[in-house]
Amino acid sequence: MTKKTILVACGAGIATSTVVNEALKNLCKEHKIDVNLIQCKITEVSSLADGADLLVSTTIANKEYPFPVINARAFLTGIGIEEVKQRILAELVK
Amino acid sequence: MTMDMMDEAFILIGVEGESKEDILARMAENLVKLGVVKESYIAAVIEREQAYPTGLPTGGCSVAIPHTDIEHVNRKAISIGVLKQPVRFGIMGEEEETTPVELVFMLAMDQKHSQLKLLTRLMQVIQDQSMLIALSHETSPASIKELMNAVLQFETQGGPLA
Repeated sequence: MTKKTILVACGAGIATSTVVNEALKNLCKEHKIDVNLIQCKITEVSSLADGADLLVSTTIANKEYPFPVINARAFLTGIGIEEVKQRILAELVK
Repeated sequence: MTMDMMDEAFILIGVEGESKEDILARMAENLVKLGVVKESYIAAVIEREQAYPTGLPTGGCSVAIPHTDIEHVNRKAISIGVLKQPVRFGIMGEEEETTPVELVFMLAMDQKHSQLKLLTRLMQVIQDQSMLIALSHETSPASIKELMNAVLQFETQGGPLA
């Protein structure tokens, strides 16, 4: 399994992406998955798209990307969190 | 939270407005008046909310966590607004959907990646239905501050935020 790169984005790149980034770090640690997390603004995703495997975002990603996009609002509200974690893990072990 | 990040002056009860823009302007103007953010924060936070909505439906009452870029901020703070009537905010990550917000946590962030602990605690508040309902029924800034401090205690006792 090659090391995956996840882009973690929100509108300003400072608030909700910080929370999601930390949650992902813990999730991967828990499952012993070595991953490269890049926190950014949603507007920076295009320039970081090369080499990325997944986008986890709290905001709308209205562009098409060559990798899956997962909405991360559940990490903030706690609603539906298990399902989102499973979707992310499924992408990482592909 | 060395210097009160959540001074009573940042807590507004019975905030009224027709639209989310009214609410945001009212709360941001208060922070400008108190010197926490720059004048430019007002337009910036409204614009950011339009582009990237921050409304969060929860199990309790819906909240919003508006914020904007660090260059509009003088020092970090959290401003809490208890709305007189629910006002519709766009839902974070959705194109069209809105949610009736009763509590607004307006964030003034001053540095990148420096507020993890605080944000994590704030999310714990947001995930605590009974806490949100209690906050939305409070009638004095002092009791809101007390409730929030009980949850954010780690920061108040732990010295400056990392």
